[in-house]
Amino acid sequence: MSVVIDAKDLDLTFQTNDGPVHALSNINLQVETGEFVSFIGPSGCGKTTLLRVIADLEKPTGGTISVNGVSPEQARLARAYGYVFQAAALYPWRTIGGNISLPLEVMGISKAERAELIRKNLELVNLTGFDKKFPWQLSGGMQQRASIARALSFDPDMLLMDEPFGALDEIVRDHLNEQLLKLWAQTKKTVVFVTHSIPEAVFLSTRIVVMSPRPGRIHEIIDCNLGDDRPLDIRETPEFLEIAQQVREGLRQGHSYDD
Amino acid sequence: MQQRRGISSFFFDRLLPVGTVVAFLLVLWYGFAMLLNAPFERDQAARANAEISTSQLIQNTLSQDRPVLPAPHQVADEIWKTTALKKITSKRSLVYHGWITISSTLLGFAMGTALGILLAVLIVHSRVLDKSLMPWIITSQTIPILAIAPMIIVVLNAVNISGLLPKALISAYLSFFPVAVGMVKGLRSPDLMHLDLMRTYNASRSQVFWKLRWPSAVPFLFTSMKVAVAISLVGAIVGELPTGAVAGLGARLLTGSYYGQTIQIWSALIAAAVVAAVLVTLVDLVSRIVMKRMGMVR
Repeated sequence: MSVVIDAKDLDLTFQTNDGPVHALSNINLQVETGEFVSFIGPSGCGKTTLLRVIADLEKPTGGTISVNGVSPEQARLARAYGYVFQAAALYPWRTIGGNISLPLEVMGISKAERAELIRKNLELVNLTGFDKKFPWQLSGGMQQRASIARALSFDPDMLLMDEPFGALDEIVRDHLNEQLLKLWAQTKKTVVFVTHSIPEAVFLSTRIVVMSPRPGRIHEIIDCNLGDDRPLDIRETPEFLEIAQQVREGLRQGHSYDD
Repeated sequence: MQQRRGISSFFFDRLLPVGTVVAFLLVLWYGFAMLLNAPFERDQAARANAEISTSQLIQNTLSQDRPVLPAPHQVADEIWKTTALKKITSKRSLVYHGWITISSTLLGFAMGTALGILLAVLIVHSRVLDKSLMPWIITSQTIPILAIAPMIIVVLNAVNISGLLPKALISAYLSFFPVAVGMVKGLRSPDLMHLDLMRTYNASRSQVFWKLRWPSAVPFLFTSMKVAVAISLVGAIVGELPTGAVAGLGARLLTGSYYGQTIQIWSALIAAAVVAAVLVTLVDLVSRIVMKRMGMVR
Protein backbone atom coordinates (compact mmCIF):
# COMPACT_ATOMS: atom_id res chain seq x y z
CA MET A 1 0.00 0.00 0.00
CA SER A 2 1.22 3.45 -0.78
CA VAL A 3 0.15 6.79 0.56
CA VAL A 4 -2.20 8.66 -1.77
CA ILE A 5 -3.05 11.66 0.33
CA ASP A 6 -0.58 13.08 2.80
CA ALA A 7 -1.52 16.22 4.73
CA LYS A 8 0.81 17.76 7.34
CA ASP A 9 -0.16 20.64 9.65
CA LEU A 10 -2.66 21.84 7.07
CA ASP A 11 -4.23 25.24 7.75
CA LEU A 12 -6.80 27.23 5.85
CA THR A 13 -8.16 30.64 6.77
CA PHE A 14 -10.79 32.35 4.63
CA GLN A 15 -10.75 36.14 4.54
CA THR A 16 -14.37 37.23 4.63
CA ASN A 17 -16.13 40.55 5.13
CA ASP A 18 -16.80 39.54 8.73
CA GLY A 19 -13.12 38.93 9.35
CA PRO A 20 -11.02 35.79 8.98
CA VAL A 21 -12.67 32.37 9.32
CA HIS A 22 -10.44 29.54 10.47
CA ALA A 23 -11.83 26.71 8.33
CA LEU A 24 -9.07 24.13 8.80
CA SER A 25 -6.56 23.96 11.61
CA ASN A 26 -3.62 21.65 12.06
CA ILE A 27 -4.85 18.81 9.86
CA ASN A 28 -2.64 15.71 9.77
CA LEU A 29 -3.94 12.86 7.69
CA GLN A 30 -2.66 10.04 5.54
CA VAL A 31 -4.86 8.06 3.18
CA GLU A 32 -3.56 4.91 1.54
CA THR A 33 -4.39 3.31 -1.79
CA GLY A 34 -7.70 1.49 -1.85
CA GLU A 35 -8.97 2.91 1.43
CA PHE A 36 -12.50 4.18 1.96
CA VAL A 37 -12.13 7.16 4.28
CA SER A 38 -15.10 9.17 5.54
CA PHE A 39 -15.01 12.68 7.00
CA ILE A 40 -17.82 13.16 9.49
CA GLY A 41 -18.75 16.14 11.58
CA PRO A 42 -21.32 18.90 12.02
CA SER A 43 -21.66 21.68 9.46
CA GLY A 44 -18.82 24.18 9.73
CA CYS A 45 -16.25 21.54 10.75
CA GLY A 46 -14.37 21.94 7.46
CA LYS A 47 -15.01 18.45 6.08
CA THR A 48 -16.07 19.75 2.69
CA THR A 49 -13.26 22.32 2.72
CA LEU A 50 -10.72 19.57 3.36
CA LEU A 51 -12.08 17.58 0.44
CA ARG A 52 -11.89 20.68 -1.73
CA VAL A 53 -8.27 21.23 -0.70
CA ILE A 54 -7.47 17.66 -1.78
CA ALA A 55 -9.23 18.39 -5.09
CA ASP A 56 -7.33 21.69 -5.53
CA LEU A 57 -10.59 23.63 -5.47
CA GLU A 58 -9.26 25.56 -2.42
CA LYS A 59 -5.68 26.50 -1.61
CA PRO A 60 -4.43 25.88 1.92
CA THR A 61 -2.87 28.86 3.72
CA GLY A 62 -0.46 26.78 5.76
CA GLY A 63 1.13 23.33 6.00
CA THR A 64 1.75 20.90 3.19
CA ILE A 65 -0.36 18.40 1.30
CA SER A 66 0.50 15.96 -1.42
CA VAL A 67 -1.82 13.90 -3.59
CA ASN A 68 -0.30 10.93 -5.41
CA GLY A 69 3.09 12.23 -4.32
CA VAL A 70 2.64 15.58 -6.06
CA SER A 71 0.83 18.84 -5.24
CA PRO A 72 -2.97 18.84 -5.45
CA GLU A 73 -2.76 21.11 -8.47
CA GLN A 74 -0.47 18.74 -10.36
CA ALA A 75 -2.73 15.87 -9.34
CA ARG A 76 -5.74 17.75 -10.68
CA LEU A 77 -3.94 18.51 -13.94
CA ALA A 78 -3.09 14.80 -14.17
CA ARG A 79 -6.80 14.06 -13.62
CA ALA A 80 -6.12 11.94 -10.60
CA TYR A 81 -9.62 12.08 -9.17
CA GLY A 82 -13.31 12.14 -10.02
CA TYR A 83 -15.41 14.50 -7.93
CA VAL A 84 -19.03 13.92 -6.94
CA PHE A 85 -20.93 16.91 -5.58
CA GLN A 86 -23.80 17.21 -3.10
CA ALA A 87 -26.19 17.64 -6.00
CA ALA A 88 -25.88 15.50 -9.12
CA ALA A 89 -24.85 18.67 -11.02
CA LEU A 90 -25.69 17.09 -14.36
CA TYR A 91 -25.85 19.57 -17.25
CA PRO A 92 -29.58 19.79 -18.02
CA TRP A 93 -29.07 20.28 -21.77
CA ARG A 94 -27.08 17.07 -22.09
CA THR A 95 -28.52 13.57 -22.04
CA ILE A 96 -27.23 11.14 -19.43
CA GLY A 97 -24.86 9.74 -22.04
CA GLY A 98 -23.84 13.28 -22.96
CA ASN A 99 -23.09 14.10 -19.33
CA ILE A 100 -20.84 11.08 -18.92
CA SER A 101 -19.20 12.02 -22.18
CA LEU A 102 -18.43 15.55 -20.88
CA PRO A 103 -15.13 14.88 -19.07
CA LEU A 104 -14.08 12.56 -21.90
CA GLU A 105 -14.70 15.31 -24.46
CA VAL A 106 -12.74 17.78 -22.36
CA MET A 107 -9.89 15.30 -22.23
CA GLY A 108 -9.95 14.79 -25.98
CA ILE A 109 -10.93 11.12 -26.07
CA SER A 110 -12.12 9.81 -29.44
CA LYS A 111 -15.81 9.35 -30.18
CA ALA A 112 -15.65 5.58 -30.47
CA GLU A 113 -13.81 5.27 -27.18
CA ARG A 114 -16.28 7.64 -25.53
CA ALA A 115 -19.22 5.50 -26.63
CA GLU A 116 -17.56 2.44 -25.13
CA LEU A 117 -16.75 4.21 -21.85
CA ILE A 118 -20.31 5.57 -21.58
CA ARG A 119 -21.71 2.07 -22.03
CA LYS A 120 -19.28 0.56 -19.54
CA ASN A 121 -19.85 3.17 -16.82
CA LEU A 122 -23.63 3.21 -17.20
CA GLU A 123 -23.54 -0.53 -16.67
CA LEU A 124 -21.36 -0.04 -13.59
CA VAL A 125 -24.05 2.11 -11.93
CA ASN A 126 -26.97 0.04 -13.27
CA LEU A 127 -28.23 2.69 -15.66
CA THR A 128 -27.89 0.75 -18.90
CA GLY A 129 -30.40 2.00 -21.45
CA PHE A 130 -30.76 5.47 -19.94
CA ASP A 131 -28.08 7.19 -22.03
CA LYS A 132 -30.62 8.96 -24.30
CA LYS A 133 -32.70 10.32 -21.38
CA PHE A 134 -32.38 13.85 -20.09
CA PRO A 135 -31.55 14.35 -16.39
CA TRP A 136 -35.04 15.60 -15.46
CA GLN A 137 -36.47 12.31 -16.70
CA LEU A 138 -34.58 10.45 -13.95
CA SER A 139 -35.23 10.24 -10.20
CA GLY A 140 -32.85 11.94 -7.77
CA GLY A 141 -31.10 8.67 -6.93
CA MET A 142 -30.63 7.77 -10.58
CA GLN A 143 -29.26 11.24 -11.29
CA GLN A 144 -26.70 10.84 -8.52
CA ARG A 145 -25.73 7.43 -9.91
CA ALA A 146 -25.26 9.05 -13.31
CA SER A 147 -23.02 11.65 -11.71
CA ILE A 148 -20.94 8.85 -10.13
CA ALA A 149 -20.67 7.23 -13.55
CA ARG A 150 -19.47 10.59 -14.88
CA ALA A 151 -16.83 10.84 -12.15
CA LEU A 152 -15.62 7.32 -12.92
CA SER A 153 -15.76 7.62 -16.71
CA PHE A 154 -12.12 8.60 -17.21
CA ASP A 155 -10.95 5.97 -14.73
CA PRO A 156 -9.31 8.16 -12.09
CA ASP A 157 -7.43 6.53 -9.19
CA MET A 158 -9.47 8.33 -6.64
CA LEU A 159 -13.12 9.19 -6.04
CA LEU A 160 -13.85 12.31 -3.96
CA MET A 161 -17.46 12.44 -2.81
CA ASP A 162 -18.99 15.43 -1.04
CA GLU A 163 -22.17 14.31 0.76
CA PRO A 164 -23.33 12.66 -2.46
CA PHE A 165 -26.46 11.12 -0.95
CA GLY A 166 -27.32 13.94 1.46
CA ALA A 167 -30.29 15.13 -0.55
CA LEU A 168 -31.84 11.69 -1.03
CA ASP A 169 -34.40 9.89 1.09
CA GLU A 170 -33.26 7.11 3.39
CA ILE A 171 -34.53 4.21 1.32
CA VAL A 172 -32.73 5.41 -1.79
CA ARG A 173 -29.69 6.24 0.29
CA ASP A 174 -29.48 2.69 1.73
CA HIS A 175 -29.72 1.27 -1.73
CA LEU A 176 -27.01 3.56 -3.11
CA ASN A 177 -24.75 2.83 -0.13
CA GLU A 178 -24.90 -0.85 -0.97
CA GLN A 179 -24.21 -0.15 -4.62
CA LEU A 180 -21.32 2.13 -3.77
CA LEU A 181 -19.72 -0.60 -1.66
CA LYS A 182 -19.98 -3.06 -4.55
CA LEU A 183 -18.54 -0.47 -6.88
CA TRP A 184 -15.66 0.15 -4.51
CA ALA A 185 -14.94 -3.58 -4.23
CA GLN A 186 -15.10 -3.90 -8.01
CA THR A 187 -12.94 -0.91 -8.95
CA LYS A 188 -10.49 -0.87 -6.02
CA LYS A 189 -10.44 2.90 -6.08
CA THR A 190 -9.47 5.08 -3.15
CA VAL A 191 -12.62 6.84 -1.93
CA VAL A 192 -12.77 9.94 0.25
CA PHE A 193 -16.33 10.47 1.36
CA VAL A 194 -17.86 13.41 3.22
CA THR A 195 -21.02 12.73 5.20
CA HIS A 196 -22.97 13.85 8.24
CA SER A 197 -24.64 10.50 8.74
CA ILE A 198 -23.08 8.19 11.35
CA PRO A 199 -24.63 4.94 10.01
CA GLU A 200 -23.54 5.83 6.49
CA ALA A 201 -19.96 6.48 7.59
CA VAL A 202 -19.73 3.28 9.63
CA PHE A 203 -21.36 1.18 6.94
CA LEU A 204 -19.10 2.36 4.13
CA SER A 205 -15.72 3.20 5.56
CA THR A 206 -12.46 1.53 6.43
CA ARG A 207 -11.57 4.59 8.49
CA ILE A 208 -13.69 7.40 9.86
CA VAL A 209 -12.22 10.85 10.41
CA VAL A 210 -14.25 12.61 13.13
CA MET A 211 -14.00 16.37 12.75
CA SER A 212 -15.06 19.20 15.03
CA PRO A 213 -15.90 22.82 14.34
CA ARG A 214 -14.49 26.29 15.13
CA PRO A 215 -11.77 25.93 14.05
CA GLY A 216 -12.27 22.92 11.76
CA ARG A 217 -9.93 20.17 12.96
CA ILE A 218 -9.57 16.42 13.20
CA HIS A 219 -10.77 15.20 16.56
CA GLU A 220 -10.18 11.50 16.16
CA ILE A 221 -9.60 8.88 13.51
CA ILE A 222 -11.52 5.63 14.07
CA ASP A 223 -10.64 2.34 12.39
CA CYS A 224 -13.72 0.68 11.05
CA ASN A 225 -13.28 -2.50 9.17
CA LEU A 226 -16.41 -4.59 9.12
CA GLY A 227 -15.03 -6.91 6.45
CA ASP A 228 -15.59 -7.11 2.76
CA ASP A 229 -19.08 -8.55 2.83
CA ARG A 230 -21.38 -5.96 4.30
CA PRO A 231 -25.10 -6.50 3.83
CA LEU A 232 -27.42 -3.75 5.10
CA ASP A 233 -28.33 -6.00 8.09
CA ILE A 234 -24.83 -5.54 9.45
CA ARG A 235 -26.10 -2.31 10.93
CA GLU A 236 -27.94 -4.31 13.60
CA THR A 237 -24.80 -6.14 14.77
CA PRO A 238 -23.01 -5.26 18.03
CA GLU A 239 -19.73 -4.52 16.18
CA PHE A 240 -21.45 -1.97 14.00
CA LEU A 241 -23.27 -0.36 16.92
CA GLU A 242 -20.09 -0.18 18.92
CA ILE A 243 -18.24 1.74 16.21
CA ALA A 244 -21.26 3.99 15.73
CA GLN A 245 -21.22 4.65 19.48
CA GLN A 246 -17.51 5.46 19.29
CA VAL A 247 -18.13 7.96 16.48
CA ARG A 248 -20.98 9.58 18.39
CA GLU A 249 -18.81 9.83 21.48
CA GLY A 250 -16.04 11.42 19.39
CA LEU A 251 -18.47 13.95 17.99
CA ARG A 252 -19.69 14.78 21.49
CA GLN A 253 -16.14 15.28 22.80
CA GLY A 254 -15.49 17.52 19.78
CA HIS A 255 -18.39 19.72 20.95
CA SER A 256 -20.41 18.84 17.89
CA TYR A 257 -23.61 18.72 19.90
CA ASP A 258 -23.04 22.05 21.67
CA ASP A 259 -25.36 24.88 20.83
CA MET B 1 -60.68 22.39 -12.26
CA GLN B 2 -61.87 19.97 -14.87
CA GLN B 3 -59.47 19.47 -17.73
CA ARG B 4 -60.86 20.69 -21.03
CA ARG B 5 -59.73 19.15 -24.25
CA GLY B 6 -59.40 19.97 -27.96
CA ILE B 7 -61.51 22.69 -29.51
CA SER B 8 -63.36 23.35 -26.30
CA SER B 9 -60.07 23.97 -24.45
CA PHE B 10 -58.85 26.27 -27.23
CA PHE B 11 -62.10 28.21 -27.05
CA PHE B 12 -62.23 28.59 -23.28
CA ASP B 13 -58.52 28.99 -22.53
CA ARG B 14 -57.36 31.11 -25.46
CA LEU B 15 -60.14 32.56 -27.58
CA LEU B 16 -62.51 33.59 -24.83
CA PRO B 17 -60.12 35.67 -22.72
CA VAL B 18 -58.39 37.23 -25.73
CA GLY B 19 -61.69 37.83 -27.49
CA THR B 20 -63.17 39.50 -24.43
CA VAL B 21 -60.28 41.95 -24.23
CA VAL B 22 -60.45 42.68 -27.96
CA ALA B 23 -64.22 43.27 -27.77
CA PHE B 24 -63.75 45.59 -24.80
CA LEU B 25 -61.05 47.57 -26.63
CA LEU B 26 -63.24 47.88 -29.73
CA VAL B 27 -66.14 49.24 -27.68
CA LEU B 28 -63.78 51.70 -26.01
CA TRP B 29 -62.34 52.69 -29.40
CA TYR B 30 -65.81 53.32 -30.88
CA GLY B 31 -66.77 55.36 -27.80
CA PHE B 32 -63.74 57.59 -28.11
CA ALA B 33 -64.16 57.91 -31.89
CA MET B 34 -67.69 59.27 -31.37
CA LEU B 35 -66.60 61.52 -28.54
CA LEU B 36 -63.57 62.98 -30.30
CA ASN B 37 -65.14 63.37 -33.74
CA ALA B 38 -68.43 64.89 -32.48
CA PRO B 39 -67.19 68.53 -32.03
CA PHE B 40 -66.40 68.78 -35.76
CA GLU B 41 -69.87 67.54 -36.70
CA ARG B 42 -71.54 69.96 -34.27
CA ASP B 43 -69.47 72.79 -35.74
CA GLN B 44 -70.54 71.88 -39.25
CA ALA B 45 -74.15 71.74 -38.21
CA ALA B 46 -73.88 75.09 -36.42
CA ARG B 47 -72.29 76.71 -39.45
CA ALA B 48 -75.04 75.43 -41.70
CA ASN B 49 -77.58 76.57 -39.11
CA ALA B 50 -79.03 73.11 -39.12
CA GLU B 51 -80.25 70.86 -36.35
CA ILE B 52 -78.60 67.47 -36.22
CA SER B 53 -80.21 64.44 -34.64
CA THR B 54 -78.23 62.27 -32.26
CA SER B 55 -78.39 59.23 -34.53
CA GLN B 56 -77.26 61.28 -37.49
CA LEU B 57 -74.43 62.73 -35.37
CA ILE B 58 -73.21 59.29 -34.36
CA GLN B 59 -73.39 58.06 -37.92
CA ASN B 60 -71.39 61.03 -39.13
CA THR B 61 -68.69 60.70 -36.48
CA LEU B 62 -67.93 57.18 -37.70
CA SER B 63 -67.60 58.01 -41.37
CA GLN B 64 -65.52 61.18 -41.60
CA ASP B 65 -62.82 61.48 -44.25
CA ARG B 66 -60.23 62.88 -41.86
CA PRO B 67 -61.45 62.03 -38.41
CA VAL B 68 -59.54 62.95 -35.25
CA LEU B 69 -59.81 59.29 -34.34
CA PRO B 70 -60.90 56.95 -37.14
CA ALA B 71 -63.34 54.19 -36.22
CA PRO B 72 -62.08 50.58 -36.27
CA HIS B 73 -64.10 49.64 -39.34
CA GLN B 74 -62.58 52.59 -41.28
CA VAL B 75 -59.08 51.39 -40.41
CA ALA B 76 -59.98 47.80 -41.26
CA ASP B 77 -61.39 48.96 -44.60
CA GLU B 78 -58.21 50.95 -45.35
CA ILE B 79 -55.98 48.00 -44.46
CA TRP B 80 -58.04 45.71 -46.69
CA LYS B 81 -57.84 48.16 -49.58
CA THR B 82 -54.09 48.68 -49.25
CA THR B 83 -53.15 45.03 -48.80
CA ALA B 84 -55.50 42.67 -50.57
CA LEU B 85 -56.72 45.01 -53.30
CA LYS B 86 -53.36 46.55 -54.28
CA LYS B 87 -50.49 44.89 -56.14
CA ILE B 88 -47.67 44.38 -53.70
CA THR B 89 -45.30 46.30 -55.96
CA SER B 90 -47.53 49.38 -55.79
CA LYS B 91 -46.26 52.34 -53.78
CA ARG B 92 -49.68 52.43 -52.13
CA SER B 93 -49.56 48.83 -50.95
CA LEU B 94 -49.11 48.37 -47.23
CA VAL B 95 -47.46 45.02 -47.95
CA TYR B 96 -44.78 46.80 -50.02
CA HIS B 97 -44.08 49.29 -47.24
CA GLY B 98 -44.30 46.65 -44.59
CA TRP B 99 -41.75 44.47 -46.36
CA ILE B 100 -39.27 47.36 -46.61
CA THR B 101 -39.56 47.94 -42.88
CA ILE B 102 -39.32 44.22 -42.08
CA SER B 103 -36.17 43.77 -44.17
CA SER B 104 -34.29 46.56 -42.42
CA THR B 105 -35.67 45.36 -39.07
CA LEU B 106 -34.30 41.86 -39.66
CA LEU B 107 -30.92 43.10 -40.88
CA GLY B 108 -30.62 45.43 -37.87
CA PHE B 109 -31.80 42.70 -35.51
CA ALA B 110 -29.17 40.29 -36.85
CA MET B 111 -26.41 42.89 -36.52
CA GLY B 112 -27.59 43.97 -33.07
CA THR B 113 -27.80 40.40 -31.79
CA ALA B 114 -24.33 39.58 -33.10
CA LEU B 115 -22.89 42.76 -31.56
CA GLY B 116 -24.68 42.12 -28.25
CA ILE B 117 -23.33 38.57 -28.03
CA LEU B 118 -19.82 39.72 -28.92
CA LEU B 119 -19.86 42.44 -26.25
CA ALA B 120 -21.22 40.02 -23.64
CA VAL B 121 -18.50 37.47 -24.39
CA LEU B 122 -15.81 40.16 -24.06
CA ILE B 123 -17.30 41.50 -20.84
CA VAL B 124 -17.61 38.09 -19.20
CA HIS B 125 -14.02 37.18 -20.02
CA SER B 126 -12.31 40.43 -19.14
CA ARG B 127 -12.62 42.35 -15.92
CA VAL B 128 -11.12 45.43 -17.61
CA LEU B 129 -13.73 45.39 -20.36
CA ASP B 130 -16.47 44.77 -17.81
CA LYS B 131 -15.48 47.96 -16.00
CA SER B 132 -14.84 50.02 -19.13
CA LEU B 133 -17.54 48.87 -21.59
CA MET B 134 -20.59 48.41 -19.40
CA PRO B 135 -21.05 52.10 -18.49
CA TRP B 136 -20.88 53.06 -22.18
CA ILE B 137 -23.36 50.39 -23.14
CA ILE B 138 -25.82 51.75 -20.61
CA THR B 139 -25.12 55.37 -21.58
CA SER B 140 -25.75 54.54 -25.24
CA GLN B 141 -29.36 53.80 -24.42
CA THR B 142 -29.99 57.03 -22.50
CA ILE B 143 -29.55 59.07 -25.70
CA PRO B 144 -32.99 59.54 -27.27
CA ILE B 145 -33.10 57.56 -30.50
CA LEU B 146 -35.21 60.28 -32.13
CA ALA B 147 -32.29 62.66 -31.72
CA ILE B 148 -29.60 60.35 -32.97
CA ALA B 149 -31.46 58.68 -35.85
CA PRO B 150 -31.51 61.69 -38.24
CA MET B 151 -27.81 62.27 -37.59
CA ILE B 152 -26.92 58.69 -38.48
CA ILE B 153 -28.99 58.93 -41.67
CA VAL B 154 -27.49 62.31 -42.65
CA VAL B 155 -23.90 61.34 -41.87
CA LEU B 156 -24.16 58.06 -43.77
CA ASN B 157 -25.85 59.80 -46.69
CA ALA B 158 -22.87 62.14 -46.85
CA VAL B 159 -20.59 59.14 -47.41
CA ASN B 160 -23.02 57.71 -49.94
CA ILE B 161 -24.51 55.01 -47.79
CA SER B 162 -28.26 55.03 -48.08
CA GLY B 163 -31.21 52.70 -48.27
CA LEU B 164 -31.41 49.66 -46.05
CA LEU B 165 -28.16 49.92 -44.10
CA PRO B 166 -28.60 53.23 -42.23
CA LYS B 167 -32.02 52.15 -40.98
CA ALA B 168 -30.68 48.75 -40.03
CA LEU B 169 -27.89 50.47 -38.08
CA ILE B 170 -30.46 52.32 -35.99
CA SER B 171 -32.23 49.01 -35.34
CA ALA B 172 -28.91 47.47 -34.38
CA TYR B 173 -28.13 50.42 -32.10
CA LEU B 174 -31.33 49.73 -30.17
CA SER B 175 -31.36 45.94 -30.26
CA PHE B 176 -27.79 45.15 -29.21
CA PHE B 177 -28.53 46.44 -25.72
CA PRO B 178 -30.99 43.85 -24.38
CA VAL B 179 -28.93 41.09 -25.98
CA ALA B 180 -25.68 42.33 -24.41
CA VAL B 181 -27.23 42.71 -20.95
CA GLY B 182 -29.13 39.42 -21.17
CA MET B 183 -26.11 37.50 -22.40
CA VAL B 184 -23.81 38.88 -19.73
CA LYS B 185 -26.27 37.55 -17.20
CA GLY B 186 -26.69 34.29 -19.14
CA LEU B 187 -22.98 33.61 -19.55
CA ARG B 188 -22.56 34.19 -15.83
CA SER B 189 -25.51 31.98 -14.91
CA PRO B 190 -23.77 28.59 -14.53
CA ASP B 191 -23.68 27.74 -10.86
CA LEU B 192 -20.49 27.25 -8.92
CA MET B 193 -20.80 23.46 -8.88
CA HIS B 194 -20.93 23.29 -12.69
CA LEU B 195 -17.89 25.55 -12.92
CA ASP B 196 -16.01 23.57 -10.27
CA LEU B 197 -16.76 20.41 -12.20
CA MET B 198 -15.05 21.85 -15.29
CA ARG B 199 -12.13 22.84 -13.08
CA THR B 200 -11.74 19.26 -11.82
CA TYR B 201 -11.48 18.18 -15.48
CA ASN B 202 -8.82 20.84 -16.04
CA ALA B 203 -10.96 22.27 -18.87
CA SER B 204 -9.62 25.19 -20.91
CA ARG B 205 -11.38 28.57 -21.05
CA SER B 206 -12.81 27.87 -24.46
CA GLN B 207 -14.07 24.44 -23.34
CA VAL B 208 -15.78 26.06 -20.35
CA PHE B 209 -17.31 28.57 -22.74
CA TRP B 210 -18.62 26.18 -25.37
CA LYS B 211 -19.60 23.31 -23.09
CA LEU B 212 -20.98 25.27 -20.15
CA ARG B 213 -21.39 29.04 -20.47
CA TRP B 214 -22.90 29.12 -23.94
CA PRO B 215 -25.55 26.41 -23.41
CA SER B 216 -26.47 27.95 -20.03
CA ALA B 217 -26.97 31.32 -21.72
CA VAL B 218 -29.30 30.08 -24.47
CA PRO B 219 -32.55 30.68 -22.54
CA PHE B 220 -31.34 34.20 -21.69
CA LEU B 221 -30.43 34.78 -25.33
CA PHE B 222 -33.94 34.01 -26.55
CA THR B 223 -35.60 36.15 -23.89
CA SER B 224 -33.42 39.11 -24.90
CA MET B 225 -33.96 38.42 -28.59
CA LYS B 226 -37.72 38.73 -28.11
CA VAL B 227 -37.23 42.24 -26.72
CA ALA B 228 -34.57 43.01 -29.33
CA VAL B 229 -36.69 42.09 -32.34
CA ALA B 230 -39.53 44.33 -31.16
CA ILE B 231 -37.29 47.36 -30.64
CA SER B 232 -35.53 46.63 -33.93
CA LEU B 233 -38.87 47.31 -35.56
CA VAL B 234 -39.20 50.58 -33.64
CA GLY B 235 -35.68 51.48 -34.77
CA ALA B 236 -36.48 50.77 -38.41
CA ILE B 237 -39.65 52.86 -38.29
CA VAL B 238 -37.84 55.75 -36.58
CA GLY B 239 -35.10 55.42 -39.20
CA GLU B 240 -37.64 55.84 -41.97
CA LEU B 241 -38.94 59.16 -40.69
CA PRO B 242 -35.98 61.38 -41.65
CA THR B 243 -35.23 59.67 -44.97
CA GLY B 244 -37.68 61.92 -46.73
CA ALA B 245 -40.45 59.43 -46.21
CA VAL B 246 -39.78 57.42 -49.35
CA ALA B 247 -40.90 53.98 -48.30
CA GLY B 248 -41.66 51.84 -45.29
CA LEU B 249 -44.24 51.90 -42.49
CA GLY B 250 -42.48 54.94 -40.99
CA ALA B 251 -42.94 56.75 -44.31
CA ARG B 252 -46.65 55.89 -44.28
CA LEU B 253 -46.90 57.40 -40.81
CA LEU B 254 -45.10 60.55 -41.92
CA THR B 255 -47.01 61.12 -45.18
CA GLY B 256 -50.19 60.38 -43.31
CA SER B 257 -49.45 63.14 -40.83
CA TYR B 258 -48.35 65.58 -43.61
CA TYR B 259 -51.73 65.29 -45.27
CA GLY B 260 -53.87 64.74 -42.22
CA GLN B 261 -54.68 61.20 -43.34
CA THR B 262 -55.44 59.83 -39.92
CA ILE B 263 -56.92 56.64 -41.35
CA GLN B 264 -53.63 55.96 -43.16
CA ILE B 265 -51.66 56.65 -39.96
CA TRP B 266 -53.77 54.25 -37.96
CA SER B 267 -53.62 51.51 -40.54
CA ALA B 268 -49.82 51.84 -40.64
CA LEU B 269 -49.79 51.69 -36.82
CA ILE B 270 -51.92 48.55 -36.79
CA ALA B 271 -49.72 47.03 -39.50
CA ALA B 272 -46.61 47.78 -37.40
CA ALA B 273 -48.23 46.16 -34.36
CA VAL B 274 -49.10 43.06 -36.37
CA VAL B 275 -45.56 42.85 -37.76
CA ALA B 276 -44.13 43.18 -34.23
CA ALA B 277 -46.43 40.45 -32.94
CA VAL B 278 -45.47 38.14 -35.81
CA LEU B 279 -41.74 38.73 -35.31
CA VAL B 280 -41.88 38.15 -31.55
CA THR B 281 -43.96 35.01 -32.12
CA LEU B 282 -41.41 33.73 -34.63
CA VAL B 283 -38.53 34.23 -32.19
CA ASP B 284 -40.60 32.48 -29.54
CA LEU B 285 -41.25 29.58 -31.89
CA VAL B 286 -37.55 29.16 -32.67
CA SER B 287 -36.83 29.40 -28.94
CA ARG B 288 -39.30 26.60 -28.20
CA ILE B 289 -37.83 24.35 -30.86
CA VAL B 290 -34.25 24.93 -29.71
CA MET B 291 -35.11 24.49 -26.02
CA LYS B 292 -36.98 21.30 -26.79
CA ARG B 293 -33.96 19.95 -28.65
CA MET B 294 -31.74 20.87 -25.72
CA GLY B 295 -34.06 18.97 -23.40
CA MET B 296 -34.78 22.10 -21.39
CA VAL B 297 -38.55 21.96 -21.99
CA ARG B 298 -40.41 19.14 -20.33
